[in-house]
Amino acid sequence: MGIELQNITKKFSDYTALDNISLNVASGELVALLGPSGCGKTTLLRIIAGLELPDAGKIILEQKDTTNLPPRKKNVGFVFQHYALFRRLTVFENVAFGLKVLPMRERPSRSAIQERVEHLLKLVQMDWAIKRYPSQLSGGQRQRVALARALAVNPKVLLLDEPFSALDAKVRQELRRWLRKLHDEIHVTSIFVTHDQEEALELADRIVVINKGRIEQQGTPQEVYDHPVNAFVYNFLGNVNVFHGRIKEGKVSLGTHHVDAPDELKHTEESASQAFVRPHEIGISKIRSAETDLTGTIQEVRIMGGQIGLNLACEGFEHPIDAEIPRELYVNLQLAKGEKVFVSLNRVRVFASDYEI
Amino acid sequence: MLKPQPPESTLIVKKRISDPLPVQIVLIGLTLLFFIGFIFLPLGLVFAQAFSKGWEYYLEAIREPYAIESVKLTLTTVAIVVPLNAFFGVTAAWAITKFNFRGKATLKTLLDLPFAVSPVIAGLIFVLLVGSRTPFGSWLGEQGIKIIFSTPGIVIATLFVTFPFVARELIPLMEAQGRDEEEAALTLGARGWQIFGKITLPNIRWGLLYGMILCSARSIGEFGAVSVVSGHIRGQTNTIPLHVEILYSEYNFAASFAVASILVFLALLTVGVKVTLEKQFQKNSFHH
Repeated sequence: MGIELQNITKKFSDYTALDNISLNVASGELVALLGPSGCGKTTLLRIIAGLELPDAGKIILEQKDTTNLPPRKKNVGFVFQHYALFRRLTVFENVAFGLKVLPMRERPSRSAIQERVEHLLKLVQMDWAIKRYPSQLSGGQRQRVALARALAVNPKVLLLDEPFSALDAKVRQELRRWLRKLHDEIHVTSIFVTHDQEEALELADRIVVINKGRIEQQGTPQEVYDHPVNAFVYNFLGNVNVFHGRIKEGKVSLGTHHVDAPDELKHTEESASQAFVRPHEIGISKIRSAETDLTGTIQEVRIMGGQIGLNLACEGFEHPIDAEIPRELYVNLQLAKGEKVFVSLNRVRVFASDYEI
Repeated sequence: MLKPQPPESTLIVKKRISDPLPVQIVLIGLTLLFFIGFIFLPLGLVFAQAFSKGWEYYLEAIREPYAIESVKLTLTTVAIVVPLNAFFGVTAAWAITKFNFRGKATLKTLLDLPFAVSPVIAGLIFVLLVGSRTPFGSWLGEQGIKIIFSTPGIVIATLFVTFPFVARELIPLMEAQGRDEEEAALTLGARGWQIFGKITLPNIRWGLLYGMILCSARSIGEFGAVSVVSGHIRGQTNTIPLHVEILYSEYNFAASFAVASILVFLALLTVGVKVTLEKQFQKNSFHH
């Protein structure tokens, strides 16, 4: 096992940042800690690195209890949200830093350091900038140097704290794919923190969804996305339409639309519930194809690249429903604002109403 | 293609953005007047008085043994005070900006105390603390250590008065830089002294130097606190400002101003170093 976290708890005065968190990460795995800001994910990462101490719990890295070790003995690579490159040092000196501070007997020779730094900079495609200063690089370039610097000390574990959040959208996406590729090459056990569900879904082998200092769910991106265990996870993983309804005789009614309640809620007495539908799981057609179809009017059309967003006022629904359809369908159906359409809710998820968004 | 004309209103606004000419003239004039009245004129008078009895008298006055002793004492004091206060200042700034602890805000406020307290009071505090009539002072006396009316007392008083300069220069700088780089160094396996030497110190070096320059300027010129603890023993406990004052009170104006001109030269030297460093600083801030 690469990383074992056992019952980690951390409080800041009277605020609980982490509440009894246990988590295992296999060697070579790339795990995303996903959650809204303030959920404790960064604190957890800092605790693993030794930059914070937990109030309770154990951190075991590669079978070794490192809970009370200082950061320099943990052998953990850390990549910061704002790069934290040493501004007075060149790119070369930045990457070489971790090797140059080693005690004399462990320190590689000058030429070995040179070689290792050059190799790492090549790996992150920054070898051309070896003599530059951080201020002469763009955000994406800085973060790649920061990654090379963290890898220089051969860390057992690589921790990345919102590594792409300070970059603009296009660079972010590019760097994300590049990191995935790099990880497939070097296989270092990695945890990255993000509040961006797209990033987590695309990049991670496994996603751990955290909320208010607790783990809500963990699993592969597919599992978490397709089978969210509760309303929070479902809601956090993408855009949603929320309907408040009541469960009655094992059914939830949404206007003219009736959905089976999930098994665990079927036998409860009449109770409040929340139903969720993702915008892209809504069908639009000009012909009524099923009796359960809703009738709606297009109130607003948003062009979102390959997808078209529709804002629909549906009969029997208080709030408008958001739908996303492929551009092709939009063109073929010759839709426009004000048009009447039939709306089918293809995939409805129902959760008990014990949770607030 | 025709460029669109800016609407008339923006033209009017543009004219009004800079102050009208008379206001500019008045403000620049007032500033100049102040400079002339409070800096150039007094400086000129210092030199006029210093040379009032001719070159030879001037040279004699500054070569006189007591004058040379006072310069030595002042420079010795600066040589001890500035490194010590650089050390204390870095320590205080480090503690305040890198750690969280109770009473941090109070400590930050207390740092300004030496500026707020009159230097004479500061001097008196040390007389009351380690003067020969206090238990601690008499004990020290028995050990053969004399603080008041000797060099250690002058150094301590100057240390107190000039303590805030370095810390005040560094705290905002270190607060702005944050802890990220230090934390990065920590995760890369660096020890405390390595982090300080390789990361923190290079990041604050200009601020530190600047603080040290201000600290030396004040150390050279300090009168009040030093006057109380020194005892004015000629050739032993007289710093340059004290020597100037003694000569002046003896109506030896030419000699007094001649020695004062040494202070002026030292002040010009520090200002010169400061300007050079500021230029360097601007060049280097590229790598910020």
